[in-house]
Amino acid sequence: MSSKDKILSAIKESKPASTALPVIDISAVISFDDLKAQFKKVLETIGGVCIESVGKGEMEKIVAAELSYVQNGVNTLGAYDEGLPLISAEDLASVDLAVISGTVAVAENGAIWVSETQMVNRILPFIAQQLIIVIEKKDIVTTMHHAYQKIDVAETGFGAFIAGPSKTADIEQSLVIGAHGPAGLKVIIY
Amino acid sequence: MKDHATLAKEFIKDSPRTDWHDETLWFVRHKRDKAAHSLPEWEQLREWASQIKNHALSNLDSYLEEFEKKALENGAVVHWAADAEEHNQIIHKIIKENGISRIVKSKSMLTEECHLNHYLEAKGIEVVDTDLGERIVQFRKEPPSHIVLPAIHLKKMDVSETFHEHLHTEKGNNDPKYLTHAARLHLREKFIAAELAITGVNFAVAETGGVVVCTNEGNADMGTHAAKIHIASMGFEKLIPKAEHLAVFLRLLARSATGQPITTYSSHFHKPKPGQQLHIVIVDNGRSRILGKPDFKNSLKCIRCAACFNTCPVYRRSGGYSYHASVAGPIGSILNPNFDSKAFADLPFASSLCGSCSNVCPVKIDIHDQLWKWRQEITRQGHVAVAKKVGLKGMAFVLARPGLYRFGGKMLRWVLKTMPFMINNRLNPWYKQREMPSPPKQSFRDWYLKNQKR
Repeated sequence: MSSKDKILSAIKESKPASTALPVIDISAVISFDDLKAQFKKVLETIGGVCIESVGKGEMEKIVAAELSYVQNGVNTLGAYDEGLPLISAEDLASVDLAVISGTVAVAENGAIWVSETQMVNRILPFIAQQLIIVIEKKDIVTTMHHAYQKIDVAETGFGAFIAGPSKTADIEQSLVIGAHGPAGLKVIIY
Repeated sequence: MKDHATLAKEFIKDSPRTDWHDETLWFVRHKRDKAAHSLPEWEQLREWASQIKNHALSNLDSYLEEFEKKALENGAVVHWAADAEEHNQIIHKIIKENGISRIVKSKSMLTEECHLNHYLEAKGIEVVDTDLGERIVQFRKEPPSHIVLPAIHLKKMDVSETFHEHLHTEKGNNDPKYLTHAARLHLREKFIAAELAITGVNFAVAETGGVVVCTNEGNADMGTHAAKIHIASMGFEKLIPKAEHLAVFLRLLARSATGQPITTYSSHFHKPKPGQQLHIVIVDNGRSRILGKPDFKNSLKCIRCAACFNTCPVYRRSGGYSYHASVAGPIGSILNPNFDSKAFADLPFASSLCGSCSNVCPVKIDIHDQLWKWRQEITRQGHVAVAKKVGLKGMAFVLARPGLYRFGGKMLRWVLKTMPFMINNRLNPWYKQREMPSPPKQSFRDWYLKNQKR
């Protein structure tokens, strides 16, 4: 008997009587008067920076200015190098700043869903020294329940909620921003 | 083998360090409270999580088959391991067949449970742990002492010394920022060169065949996206039915663990990237046995947040190593006896049964009830130390005889008053760390009889 069959038959034999799934009533969860203000507040407490712009044009101007400060920036918002999806980690290790867009931002925890399509290269948002995520104001939702309603997690091969810059507190519980991933995250809401 | 009490005695030798450990973890518990109280629906969330897990466990065979089918459609390779040995063999085979030598691993309690690193080391294969805390303890050849905070037993000067030795950092520089940066540079080199990345799994979704891995550091992502092979190891109880259920668990996990609203990265892996292999190893290793025990099956709901560690008055003051197991704390004390009730017979007794663990558990595991049930089970199996057995039997004898109990109480009060040295000596284990109470003038029974008459 294969291990698969062994495991499945052991489970069939020992599993408890079936119980029902709960009904997740998301009208019963927390709500916020101002989603943008709540998102900004939480993002700042987890080490991120929030920039509010008035429209797409202004957002693009801010992105261009940010990119002009660094030597090695990657902008995925417009046309990008067609080789980018397949560039190795080694070549991306020197990226100072990456700019990507997100699908949904979550007010309760400051997280933003980014799909593989938006990352272009899976490692880009993790390996860049600094990260900018742009998100439309209309795409801010209240909680994770609302976020999962707006995304299809299996639509692309990979996707992630990113909440603030990379961090650790593994040395004496002292919080240090910039563990392995970006040491800074700016979110531009437009 | 040394038991919990003996190992705890070694831990508490250094009083200031014990106090630091105690207070630091209590602070983490406090942050958890703040995060929990910020959500009016917190108790409802715990109930939903508990019900989803109960449902998943009671239909696990069909969800596992659904998961495998979807994962295969996604292009993953699915392996099944009946025990730790088979899990390690599967991973070794993948390494060998692909001629791999550079391996990184992010945090996975399952690979700790299976002693994967030792297994591979014995075959001359080095695995680099990439979670900062795990890298620190790996340099020191120690296991993690806490499932979320692996190096919580160490102070920054310990880390500084370890890094000076292994990473040639400046001697005596204890700045956590400086030390973390040194590890960042060291580990980025390892990530970029990695050929194979091993991760654990926080949640596996039956309907989509995907796995979710949560980190704050980004180490799981750095490794998996750089390497050409990703192996995700999971105990079969990680399965949940639908993607929408992730909302419930991701809302609970980090708030319970560290008080953060969510971990920095919650990464959803479905398909390998072009040219990459994605292997998922589904492990039993005793879990199907636990599933069949009505008193103990609930422990399989655990999402490894460690809230029960941080709140536990015994864990905080005895440290992770006193539990001599890969998962310590209250949850470890009910999980480990399932694997070996003799070797871990001491763990269910390493508790005050205060019940705080059950109250903070985000999936409502009845931890303290199970601790109490394990004590009975272990006693039935005859794995209780002789002194404890004789003592408890003696106590049961006295408690069952009210006359003898009253006489004994009177004697004790008399001895405590007139000959305190009879009690306050080193033969009495209760006297070791505490003064005995001053004797009351009368027993509660005497007081009650007298006052009731009035």
